[in-house]
Amino acid sequence: MSMKTSTRQVNGVTIVDCSGRITLGEGSVILKDVVRDLLSKGQKKLLLNLGDVNYIDSSGIGELVSAFTTVRNQGGDLKLLNLTKKVHDLLQITKLYTVFDVKDDEATAVKSFG
Amino acid sequence: MTEQRVSYTLDSTLETVDSAEQAASRIATEAGFDDDEVMRIAMAVREAAVNAVLHGNAYDPGKKVNLDFERTGGDLVITIRDQGKGLDLEKIPDPLAAENLLKTSGRGIFLIRSFMDEVHINPSLTGTEIKLIKHVPGTSGHVKEASQ
Repeated sequence: MSMKTSTRQVNGVTIVDCSGRITLGEGSVILKDVVRDLLSKGQKKLLLNLGDVNYIDSSGIGELVSAFTTVRNQGGDLKLLNLTKKVHDLLQITKLYTVFDVKDDEATAVKSFG
Repeated sequence: MTEQRVSYTLDSTLETVDSAEQAASRIATEAGFDDDEVMRIAMAVREAAVNAVLHGNAYDPGKKVNLDFERTGGDLVITIRDQGKGLDLEKIPDPLAAENLLKTSGRGIFLIRSFMDEVHINPSLTGTEIKLIKHVPGTSGHVKEASQ
């Protein structure tokens, strides 16, 4: 299953609902394009909902890092929501779990952007 | 255990990466690994295939990737070979070092080592061979692990 995304606005935060696989090729490209498009529209408070992302490889991890640093460099913030166990474990072993701000409740996550 | 061997010769394309992952998932399942271990083995093979296609063969249509699965003794042994210039192991950074945490690449070999019991990387001027070994649960050579 390839990656799909949809976006919605909640209290000034753009939530990107992702599903499928974030892997080398299409999945990583889609994520990169979505984030770039949102930034170009001035939307800099991004919450990536990964609840339906069932697989991510090292390229996908790299794309998450790239999105995170790109948004930060433009004065925004990018947080992660609803990690599956597989993605959670991957972020743990790569020590990225402490780099990303990871949330498991959407309302709390939205509030945290201030 | 009966020895079994399956070999593939694959093009240097992204489709090869997916094919390698799918083959690994199927063979690891047949070998008796549980779902979590199947996922780890398949991801390790995927990462090795990515290295072979991208960094080894650099998408060169004239170069192939060889993928072998072998069940021997108590092990599942997976070998991936490319026809590139040979991986320089000294140039692989530690992705857990603070200065590398925010790098967008360089985690493939780390993930492979994390997911497999043994990893042997043999670079040469005619390509890189990476051998991934996972001990099969419940086999005579690994009774202790199987009983845990």
